[in-house]
Amino acid sequence: MRTIVLECLRYDPERDEAPRWQRYEVPFTDDMSVLQGLQYIKDHLDGSLTFRWSCRMAICGSCGAMLNGVPKLGCENFLRDYYPGPLRVEPLNHFPIVRDLAIDQSDFLAKLESVKPYLIGEPPAEGTHKQTPREMAEYYQYSQCINCLLCYAACPQYGLNDKFTGPAALALLHRYNADSRDKGREERMAVVNQEDGVWGCTLVGYCSEVCPKGVDPARAVNQNKIESAKDYFLRFLRR
Amino acid sequence: MKTYKRPMTGWWRRNPFYLWYMLREASCVVITVYALILLVGLARLTQGEVRYEDWLERLARPWAIAFHALAFALVAYHSWTWFKIMPKTLPRIPVPDAAIVAGGVAAIGVCSALLWWAA
Repeated sequence: MRTIVLECLRYDPERDEAPRWQRYEVPFTDDMSVLQGLQYIKDHLDGSLTFRWSCRMAICGSCGAMLNGVPKLGCENFLRDYYPGPLRVEPLNHFPIVRDLAIDQSDFLAKLESVKPYLIGEPPAEGTHKQTPREMAEYYQYSQCINCLLCYAACPQYGLNDKFTGPAALALLHRYNADSRDKGREERMAVVNQEDGVWGCTLVGYCSEVCPKGVDPARAVNQNKIESAKDYFLRFLRR
Repeated sequence: MKTYKRPMTGWWRRNPFYLWYMLREASCVVITVYALILLVGLARLTQGEVRYEDWLERLARPWAIAFHALAFALVAYHSWTWFKIMPKTLPRIPVPDAAIVAGGVAAIGVCSALLWWAA
């Protein structure tokens, strides 16, 4: 069995003024993910290491972390690919650290709520909604978002100004606006149009690179720059 | 709740992706200077042959050629990134992303060749 060095960023709000690095030597097999490496540390080396995880299969979006400076899910990346290390594991960039690898997501959750990520409008009086494959293709990829926040950790604009609504929330906003069953576009345009809505994006494009689910948030944001510009100019005609 | 927020100092040096992004954004400075030099040339043209020939002579100096070589490299890089992200900024059209990028690059190639030929 080989051994890899993991360097984890540790932060204990009760003791530390600033985060510090801690080094662990983790024995691993080829099928072990980075998340399993962290679990090995917690079970055998240091029970105080704090990190979030749940499903172990890139569905829940809990175990995102910076792996050697790149935002990734711990569960779908393997220790063997970082051998012999050291592999530096940090909490997701741009978020306040609560403890060790656990970040405070409350800012994102408020933003997610602000985009009204649900179908708005009355269901059909009879039967169910009908949708063609083409209508579904308009939003399908955006519905794959698992709120893992890797895109926020990739977005320097969010890091520099956390008022920016950010990639995932805007991608989910677009997911509902692009849905033929939804009637909530007017309500969501206020979020799109604001200074820290889509116009906070300068198309760095790294959000779309790091998304583990193949969502293209940069596309959603920039499609809505067109929508926002149309919304602005067309209101003069609507008067 | 006490939390710790890490500073953003030097963020663009931490990842090559950000370095390329900053190069794309910074290229506008060099491109602005290029445009100003061109504007000066236009002004010199209105001031008569002597002034214009003087401007041309200055452009033939090594530093001017080095600057224009740099400007050309940066314009080429900026144009490439511009076409690369074009599919993301267009309304949805039934054309594959790769075809939009290739079409854009091909179009700029043809236009440049035509200008070269016409000059």
